[in-house]
Amino acid sequence: MSTGERHRAGSPARPQERVAPLPPILRSRTSVEVKQFVRDRQALIFTFLLPVMLLVIFGSVFNVSVTPGVTFSQYFLAGMIASGLVYTGFQNLAISIPQEREDGTLKRLAGTPIPPSAYFAGKVVLVLVSLVAQVLLLLLIGVLFFEVHLPDTAARWFTFGWLLVLGLLTCTLLGIAFSSVPRTGRGAPALVSPVVLVLQFTSGVFFEFDKLPHWMQQFAALFPLKWLCQGMRSVFLPDSFTSKEPAGTWETGRVAFVLVAWTVVAAVLCVTTFRWQRRGDR
Amino acid sequence: MQTPDAAIVVQGLHKRYGDFEAVRGIDLEVQRGEIFALLGPNGAGKTTTVEILEGYRDRSDGSVSVLGEDPADAGPAWRTRIGIVLQSTSDNADLTVDEVVRHFSTFYPAPRDLDHVVEAVGLTEKRKARVRELSGGQRRRLDVALGILGDPELLFLDEPTTGFDPEARRQFWDLIESLRADGTTILLTTHYLDEAERLADRVGVIVDGRIVEVGEPRTLGGRHHEDTTVRWLEDGEHRTLRTASPTAAVLGLRERFGGEIPELTVLRPSLEDVYLQLIDGTPQP
Repeated sequence: MSTGERHRAGSPARPQERVAPLPPILRSRTSVEVKQFVRDRQALIFTFLLPVMLLVIFGSVFNVSVTPGVTFSQYFLAGMIASGLVYTGFQNLAISIPQEREDGTLKRLAGTPIPPSAYFAGKVVLVLVSLVAQVLLLLLIGVLFFEVHLPDTAARWFTFGWLLVLGLLTCTLLGIAFSSVPRTGRGAPALVSPVVLVLQFTSGVFFEFDKLPHWMQQFAALFPLKWLCQGMRSVFLPDSFTSKEPAGTWETGRVAFVLVAWTVVAAVLCVTTFRWQRRGDR
Repeated sequence: MQTPDAAIVVQGLHKRYGDFEAVRGIDLEVQRGEIFALLGPNGAGKTTTVEILEGYRDRSDGSVSVLGEDPADAGPAWRTRIGIVLQSTSDNADLTVDEVVRHFSTFYPAPRDLDHVVEAVGLTEKRKARVRELSGGQRRRLDVALGILGDPELLFLDEPTTGFDPEARRQFWDLIESLRADGTTILLTTHYLDEAERLADRVGVIVDGRIVEVGEPRTLGGRHHEDTTVRWLEDGEHRTLRTASPTAAVLGLRERFGGEIPELTVLRPSLEDVYLQLIDGTPQP
């Protein structure tokens, strides 16, 4: 192979301190993340399609009303959108990053000039893209087949918007933080999936939250999913439903506060614990 | 003593893991444009040393300069000037060869021509294939493609041809020699002595975390002064003679047999013989 015009002999020790421009790296990284996600059947089914499948199954089986005017499907949709944030942000990254640490993706990238921020930006965009597609699909199926009512005021849509953005940030950072816990890539799903499942059962995704034992409610209130569900209920359920909420109101301010607090904790954990290489490889 | 044209300068390098000392005081200097091969048994400290030079591992002691910078705190600008081919990986399995090469090329300010790189590693036919469908040797060639994509001044190759068939190895050697012609400095680790002999300007042998010998493959371990082995068949038995003057020995045998010497072979000590002596400390028969 000849590279023609290059003359290296006699060049100074540092010819040029040049790096590649960031925007093409970000575009390329994002497209690679999305392509790999779409081509990985396991990720596609367990992260992207699972909430949709659950909505279809639960919506068809529990064809009942939770309270007058609120169908189980309406209640369940709020929980599935909240779960979607946990699947695409937390579960997806907490499993895929340890696998990328094991298969050499991270080590190879660390040996190139790609800025670490570009790798994480790719993950955030992947989560964003798959979340938007997932939410649209959930809403579409809910409206078409389960007589779900969409939010009817601008204020509710606004809450929906910031909940999605803040929830995405919280779950993505928690996913990246948790990715340092599994020792191996293969062991990651066995460690992450139970965490998600327990939170779903205790946070009022599958069962009505007010029917859960008090201690279980208290436990769930420590973690973000309970608050995401509650926030989503404030978007999708009528205000009369607040009578079934623990505080008797939607507690929108507290929802935001808990999510911001978890985001800060997750960000600190990411910065202090993230590893590019397998344990003991330094 | 650092010469101005050194690509790599290592002085008194130590690496400890708890009580275990993997690298025990290595000094090494690789000149620009040189191909330097590190040989040594598994666990001798080859990969540890190379990964310290690549900036992957911390060192416990000593000084390291790679292209004029300390790898422990060198930034992206330094990384654009080096290329790394790690030992086996299995990443990017769901992407095609083209997609991977295109993706990695965006990391570098002045990447090589992608078509040329893919052609040079012999993957033109496989451009549209998913990486998971490639054979082991093809994957390894993709690793090499990614290592040279940024047009590096210095290339690290960690056991690059493990799992290659003989033809693929020969093609790979041609590729490395074309990189040498371009002026690329290469630090190579390998288990294959024929590979080191064919490619390397100099060879360093690591045993137990120390470099026990450095030299040209031809003269390593005093190889050029070593006795030559002459073998032949006489009275139904194979006879062996180790001698510093093989020509005289063969002429003497010719006198004795009055013509052809049955099953005559004359063997210079191979790099492998010298290497085995170095890592064992005992002469081979």
